Amino acid sequence: MSLNLLLQISPSGPASTLGTANPVSIAIFFLFVAVTLYITYWAAKKTKTGSEFYAAGRNISGFQNGLALAGDYMSAASFLGIAGMVATKGYDGLIYSIGFLVGWPLIMFLVAEPLRNLGKYTFADVVAFRLKQRPIRIAASVGSLLTISFYLIAQMVGAGSLIKTLFGLNYEIAVVVVGLVMTMYVLFGGMLATTWVQIIKAVLLLSGATILVLLALSKFNFSPSELFMSVKTQYGSDMLAPGGFITNPLDALSLGLALMLGTAGLPHILMRFYTVPDDKAARKSVFVATGFIGYFYILTFFIGFAALALVGKDAIISLDKGGNMAALLLAENTGGSAFLGFIASVAFATILAVVAGLTLSGASTISHDLYVHVIKKGVSDEKGEMKVAKRATIFLGILAVTLGLLFKGQNVAFMVGLAFSIAASANFPALLMSIIWKGFTTKGAVYCMVTGAVLSLVLIVISPTVWVDILGNTEAIFPLKNPTIVSMTSAFIVGIIVSLAKPEKEAADLFESEKLRTYLGHGSEK
Amino acid sequence: MDSSKTHEILQSAEFKKLVKTRWNISLSFTFVMLFVYIGFLLLIAYNKDFLKMPLGDSLNLAIVVGLGIIFFSWLITGLYVYWANNYYDSDVHEIKKKL
Repeated sequence: MSLNLLLQISPSGPASTLGTANPVSIAIFFLFVAVTLYITYWAAKKTKTGSEFYAAGRNISGFQNGLALAGDYMSAASFLGIAGMVATKGYDGLIYSIGFLVGWPLIMFLVAEPLRNLGKYTFADVVAFRLKQRPIRIAASVGSLLTISFYLIAQMVGAGSLIKTLFGLNYEIAVVVVGLVMTMYVLFGGMLATTWVQIIKAVLLLSGATILVLLALSKFNFSPSELFMSVKTQYGSDMLAPGGFITNPLDALSLGLALMLGTAGLPHILMRFYTVPDDKAARKSVFVATGFIGYFYILTFFIGFAALALVGKDAIISLDKGGNMAALLLAENTGGSAFLGFIASVAFATILAVVAGLTLSGASTISHDLYVHVIKKGVSDEKGEMKVAKRATIFLGILAVTLGLLFKGQNVAFMVGLAFSIAASANFPALLMSIIWKGFTTKGAVYCMVTGAVLSLVLIVISPTVWVDILGNTEAIFPLKNPTIVSMTSAFIVGIIVSLAKPEKEAADLFESEKLRTYLGHGSEK
Repeated sequence: MDSSKTHEILQSAEFKKLVKTRWNISLSFTFVMLFVYIGFLLLIAYNKDFLKMPLGDSLNLAIVVGLGIIFFSWLITGLYVYWANNYYDSDVHEIKKKL
């Protein structure tokens, strides 16, 4: 990439160097890419077998995996988006972030340990464990690939616009650079490189946000209460309490369920549990992840309010209506342009890491679930599987860039909500029932997953989110903004009814013998 | 592995108790977490004024409850890990010896 491209200077808001080439952020960003590509080179030498490519040889420690899970989950959208929501709407931003956090305890209680014990590389391994392979793999792949694609589009489009605002770099070039670098991580370094990229990014993001909060609080004598006081005097006490975000209880509940249970159905999160040696380490990693993610959301809450108090709402909105630049403006306000450069490059690194995780999980769905278990009927040599996995990575890298370019300038914010809705409706119910319910059948699981995916998609199109806001109709056919309460409940009900209608004796018998593996880890993948 | 041995363990009272206790704890914790979060959402939907109640000059109930849920998530996850590490794992270890 030539330097000219990086130095295109675009106009920006008042008294801010945002959108201009910041030498510090360019230096830090290049350093990040150089270090992570070196790690990829190192990881490539240790990534030969399937278990190494998909699961880093199951050698990641519980603590490391916890940090990597946090890295996978803390996207730039939650860093900039939630801080921005707090900075423009006040307390309502916190309601959103709490929803994202409370899914983690549920991953711990319901899926983490059985998933590690029963599966190999993907969550479909667990659903298909005692059921018929082909139908389950096909249905689970549909759910996985839909979740990954929508999440990926939202990240790529976000990346392009963010980088444009941050560095003044052309949107198309930003998308291509992100696609290229993340494809290199996954293609050559597999899960080992991806994990270390996540860990480095998580450490950078957590430390950057911590320094930002400390710098901001130093203006308030390190007293949060003085910060809240300042917000209250400038904007009134309503800013510190719930506002218009939740008015319709059903809508709130539906979104809440999507955020909470969708987390337990995200393929790239579930895949991470196979990187640790056993169920005990899986357990530890959820605890570590919950700790870091919760801490991160507390930081974003303070970043939002500090930006509101120090930068001011008008200045934040003048740069971006959604308030997405609040954290960056605060960084510049408290630490000058060098610190702004640091935070900006951390945001860029964050996007790279998240898309790498998504791509790896998509590639494993294509190669492990579809190629090996559907096309090859479970009989494939490792060499063939790896070849397909690598091709799938390249395909997904190209797809991510294409979708990023195709959806340029489109309103894609709803796609994250949709990804969580599909994860909560198509992936989570089938996964949970396959773990806890003896009577769950192949047919029940397929109907359950298809119902969840189709209802999520159809209902979101006719909901106010798409039907009114994007397609411009005056009234929505389906009243809720997020379909999860209907789509997830229906998926559970359909799964139960279809399973009860025609029991599958072999599946029920296998459920008994799989218990040694589920609860004792006996015979689990090592 | 000897299949009669497997059968014996699966049918043993201690294995059945292990599985039962595991889900009693997991599902109760799940319902507590769901109750806390959904309760929070419904409280916001139906009674915003209650949450606006000031606590001191600058704090209010909403902030305390919101941050409180984050602390609660840590606590309940930690509690589960504590139980699993100290009780579940040792029971698993005992049963595994017979395999």
